[in-house]
Amino acid sequence: MSFPTGLPPATGIGFKRAHFDGLHATRTGLGFIEIHAENYMGAGGPPHAQLAALRADYALSVHGVGLSIGGAGPLDATHLARLRTLCDRYQPDSFSEHLAWSSHDDAFLNDLLPLPYDDATLATVCAHIDQVQTALGRPMLLENPSTYLTFEASTLAETDFLAEITRRTGCGLLLDINNVFVSCTNHVADPRAYLSVFPLHAVGEIHLGGHDAEDLPSGPLLIDSHAAPVADPVWTLYAETIAATGPLPTLIEWDNDVPDLPVLLAEARRADAILDGVRHARAS
Amino acid sequence: MKTNRTTATLALAIAGACGLAGAASAQDMVKCYGVSLAGENDCAAGPGTTCAGTSTIDYQGNAWTLVPEGSCTDIELPAMADGSARMGSLEPLERDRPA
Amino acid sequence: MPAHRELQAAFGAALTGTGVPPGVIATGDVARRFAVYRNTVQHSLTDALSQRFPVIRRLVGARFFDAVAGVFIRAHPPRSPVIAVYGAAFADFLDGFPPARRLAYLPDVARLEWARGLAFHAADAAALTPAAFADATAHDPDRVALTLHPCLHLLGSDYPVVSIWRANQPGADPAPLPAGGEAALIFRDAGDVPVLPLDPPTFRMIGALAAGKPMGAALAHADQDQIARTLSTLLRHGLIVGTAPFQNTRFP
Repeated sequence: MSFPTGLPPATGIGFKRAHFDGLHATRTGLGFIEIHAENYMGAGGPPHAQLAALRADYALSVHGVGLSIGGAGPLDATHLARLRTLCDRYQPDSFSEHLAWSSHDDAFLNDLLPLPYDDATLATVCAHIDQVQTALGRPMLLENPSTYLTFEASTLAETDFLAEITRRTGCGLLLDINNVFVSCTNHVADPRAYLSVFPLHAVGEIHLGGHDAEDLPSGPLLIDSHAAPVADPVWTLYAETIAATGPLPTLIEWDNDVPDLPVLLAEARRADAILDGVRHARAS
Repeated sequence: MKTNRTTATLALAIAGACGLAGAASAQDMVKCYGVSLAGENDCAAGPGTTCAGTSTIDYQGNAWTLVPEGSCTDIELPAMADGSARMGSLEPLERDRPA
Repeated sequence: MPAHRELQAAFGAALTGTGVPPGVIATGDVARRFAVYRNTVQHSLTDALSQRFPVIRRLVGARFFDAVAGVFIRAHPPRSPVIAVYGAAFADFLDGFPPARRLAYLPDVARLEWARGLAFHAADAAALTPAAFADATAHDPDRVALTLHPCLHLLGSDYPVVSIWRANQPGADPAPLPAGGEAALIFRDAGDVPVLPLDPPTFRMIGALAAGKPMGAALAHADQDQIARTLSTLLRHGLIVGTAPFQNTRFP
């Protein structure tokens, strides 16, 4: 029970240019790589040369970070056209974006910002996802956000909001388990309770990343920094989730203070071991 | 109109250029495929919350107290020591101006 | 209760200003938790400018740079979700920023750094080999115009920008700066973006060729040796990607 993509049910890492030599034409054991779409929107040069070379070695996930699907205003048609050009060029095995907004009135804020969950925002987000899926000619995955705040205006739980989006638009979900842990900790909620009502049948990919933690007088503040190894409680939640869904494409995200490639590959192998364990348990 | 002599000179220069171009470059090129030469998009939150970017002061003349303190303090411009206005002789091409 | 659009407007204003937008809830200190968003916006955009203008940052120092970036970001927020194109207005902004006025060369150094990023991301194009170039210019070369590689950028300055840029590369040895201005040829070569100094005649010749003038006009005021050196520089770095006869005279 999962959402079909072209990605294998194996582990991948976010591609960083410094790791190109270690990834290209090398047996890394990785099932796929993921790129941030916006970093490949120049006309040419080394970014495209590298991506074209890696495309021959790995399955590819294109992960957008700038479309502002949760924005109140219309989608940026120029940006959507750029995404289409990128997808036409590289034929990725999956395209995903975030349940967040990042643009308002022509200004791009370069962060994944939260939105209230109610009937009006549900309609807006669904209309935007319809528009993306039509423009790209393929279903997309929508990622659950890390949040530090919630809204008085929200009338729906995030999990219900996401479930309704998948029902209305036919899109799949990208379940970021670190984001679940970060958000639930920040909002004093139980991540297991969140995952127990998450529409797992619609999940097409999983993200695992590291977070920073600060102890405030009001309680812990977790920040989705992608600057550290995946935390132990997140690994545990991952193993429990995979036991329920079966093996899913799983990405290790590390975007700040990026370590050498072997460190990322070791994180990927840890996820591999969990996927293998579930495969064996299911086979026996 | 060009004279025949100029055209002949140009033809010789082209022949010379093609010969020179085959020779090894004196430039010691360092490949830096790992460098993006531009900022990149990301989907992570900024590290820490205590120190980074908490300044919200707009520039208002006398409220600005910082002075440049990097390697510029070692730079002496021989011809520009008085900080005089720039004199326009070499102008960048129109297409090289930032859009 | 504010509608979605008004809520985002207030949220966006608070990100680059002060205070906390209405209608948000957090465990405990709302301002502290909202600050995660504010800091991420500020930090990520400052970081983008630092990556694009590393020599400017080195010249003015990290503290000054980050403060200037803060002012710039509020005055010129990104208009595109593609961060690689953020910072086009930075050089002109520095030109009009009073606390940096004493460093008159700063805007041109920023223009050089901006041009390097443009060169890095410019379209690909196949270079003419010297043999193909010789063939294409065998007949009436005066009337042949060149198509130069899209990565090629020229920058002329009244300041020694190339020397300043080089002196501020990681590991560079300090060297005395020359008097007067310098011109730069900026291009992509096997993944690197070199910056070559050009003498004024060569700068003018390449500029005229880049503007589409036929070789006869573009190279009119140089001698054979200067022309040969200019064309060989372009050929050696793969910067001539096409030729177009100004007028086809082969079969009159």
